[in-house]
Amino acid sequence: MRLFLAFSLFLLSSGLISAGQQITGSIVKNPGKPLIAVTDFRGSGAASGYIDAFNDTVRSDLESSPLINLVPKTLYPLQVPQQPSDLQPGVAPPSNRPAAPQGNRLSDWSLPPISANFLGIGYGAENQGNLVVFGWFYSTAPNMPSLQQAQVFGKIYTAALSREGAVDAGHRYAADILAQFGGKSLVGTKIAFVSSRSGAKEIWVMNWDGSDQRQLTRYGSISTFPSASPDGRIIAFTTYAAGYPAIQMFSLDSGRKLPFYNQRASMNAFVTFTPDSRRIVFSSTAAGGPAQLYTANVDGSGLRRLTYSRSIEVEPKINPATGADLVYVSDRSGLPQVYSMNMEGANLRRLSAGTGEATNPAWSPDGAHIAFAWTKGFEPGNYNIFVMDVASGQTTQLTANEGRNENPSWAPDGAHIVYASKRGGQSQIWVMNADGTGKHALTTKGSNEKPVWVNAEK
Amino acid sequence: MIQKQEKFETNMNKRRLYLTLSATILLTVAAGCHKKAPPPPPPPPPAAVTLPAAKPTIDYFTAEPATISNGQPSSLRWSVTGATGVQIDNGVGSVSPSGRRAVYPTATTTYHLTATGPGGESSADATITVSSPPPPAPAAPSAQSQIQDILAHQVQDIHFDYDKSDVRPQDQPILQGDATALKQIFSLDPNFIVTIEGHCDERGSAEYNLALGDRRAAATRDALAALGVPTDKLKTISYGKERPICTDATEDCYARNRRAHFSAAQ
Repeated sequence: MRLFLAFSLFLLSSGLISAGQQITGSIVKNPGKPLIAVTDFRGSGAASGYIDAFNDTVRSDLESSPLINLVPKTLYPLQVPQQPSDLQPGVAPPSNRPAAPQGNRLSDWSLPPISANFLGIGYGAENQGNLVVFGWFYSTAPNMPSLQQAQVFGKIYTAALSREGAVDAGHRYAADILAQFGGKSLVGTKIAFVSSRSGAKEIWVMNWDGSDQRQLTRYGSISTFPSASPDGRIIAFTTYAAGYPAIQMFSLDSGRKLPFYNQRASMNAFVTFTPDSRRIVFSSTAAGGPAQLYTANVDGSGLRRLTYSRSIEVEPKINPATGADLVYVSDRSGLPQVYSMNMEGANLRRLSAGTGEATNPAWSPDGAHIAFAWTKGFEPGNYNIFVMDVASGQTTQLTANEGRNENPSWAPDGAHIVYASKRGGQSQIWVMNADGTGKHALTTKGSNEKPVWVNAEK
Repeated sequence: MIQKQEKFETNMNKRRLYLTLSATILLTVAAGCHKKAPPPPPPPPPAAVTLPAAKPTIDYFTAEPATISNGQPSSLRWSVTGATGVQIDNGVGSVSPSGRRAVYPTATTTYHLTATGPGGESSADATITVSSPPPPAPAAPSAQSQIQDILAHQVQDIHFDYDKSDVRPQDQPILQGDATALKQIFSLDPNFIVTIEGHCDERGSAEYNLALGDRRAAATRDALAALGVPTDKLKTISYGKERPICTDATEDCYARNRRAHFSAAQ
């Protein structure tokens, strides 16, 4: 009887393994990209209460990256290594090789069902009131003669002994892993946005993962349309604080406003910066007619008019890769559409299809794509986020049946897009992968809109 | 002896009482033993179903300008959703869920807005600081109150079609009435300045609507100029879709928000 039970268990487990192999085939969401296994780190002593936050952060960052495939934890062996001394290099001799992969044999992580190309291990501890996380990253290739040669990196991450500290350390470890595969880290980047949670529309800033949400302005008026200089030092926005919609520059270094000369006009708004953060293009009614595009120095001096039309020209966005051309929104052909032109105001062409309303254009960091909001196929006001390949004009829809979605802004890693989504009650800030997967909200309090990704300070 | 007898009888009576009592208790207990398990007590009456009602939301409650000189108007603006009653103190009284009201506080005043709804009360404050000394009144107080009356009751909003900024033919009579009323205002006080506010409905992008509202205000100014209203007494400002007078997703509400509104310049 006992023998029979053991035999059926064996059948079951071998069946599970083959099922696991099928799963491995289906979890490859980024074909051609490496498979990576990262064990749940364990925390000793005071670190044990925070290590879950570290693990969740690492997992979420890796899962949302288009650069790698994270092998699900369910496929890992029960015994997982925590530090290099738990690991053995090389391949076990065929004579004493066990049926299932063993956690302590590095190359076993490359075997089905795990089939990982790389393995991340580590643990956390408390040291002098800080959280200290030891994180290693190994290649699981079977031809590595020693652990030293298999090790890609081993680092110590020191952070505050708190949930926030653990999240920060998790972001840094995940960023170090993604950096091996061409990933640009989002650590240090911020998101500026507009929130009415204080009672009036004010400019707010938060970390890129939604933490540390801070109020930047306190005018009790309407302050909106934020944009950021590429060096991550200046937030420009439009405020009614002086009675009329006017541009204001705000230094993130000093937390103070910077001098800016506003044109005498009923409206100055929508600042975009050149890649060197020294000049701007904005929209103004300085000429008396409808809003037109102008270029100026970052303090408002050195004004030059760019467009001469009888239509509305708003939302200029300078190509961050070249600085040579810009996209903007114009109603010269009827309803608002996205156009592009060069920095001299020439080579005008319409990018959007001409149907519905296309608005809120935003460049990808490499200048190859534009995300925008479009009412394609829907009644006015029902916007969704689309991405256009600038060279081919091909568009991909990223949001659908999720309320009103607008104001996309690309992350510096080119892999994430932050946007505003109004699903029922109030607008909130959401972030998603640039392919439309992994949507999650970053704000919950009050009404939040107009997000713009701010580069880490250079 | 008699006394004893009596006492004995009294004792007997007491004893009988005890016997009867204990028999009753015994019987009751015995009867209880024979009975099956008593039925469970009836369930408690269902709690009265109360839908969780949300407190009213005060979208905004502002005073513009927040600082005035004595005798100048300031405009209270508010928008409340989910309220059955909205009150503002300091003599303003009961008001509609969204609206605006010109006030003339003579000293620094904090207006307190209380919104009452099925889910409770919400409140917000707006303070108007009155700076002193007051400037000399440019015109007699009676003229000022007359101007405010004309501005509030005779100068009417001009409305626009979706994504359009030209004054519609059906609004021409309103525009004519506005031109007459504005000329009357400027004859009462040659220094009076009127602001034309351009507004949009919520459907277009906020960015585009800022420019569209600007074009609506400018188109209204130009149409009034054609009717002989001096443009140097007219200022324009766009609020885009930042200051809706209603927030419903209905064609009626959209149409009400697509407007040029007239107010005393700040």
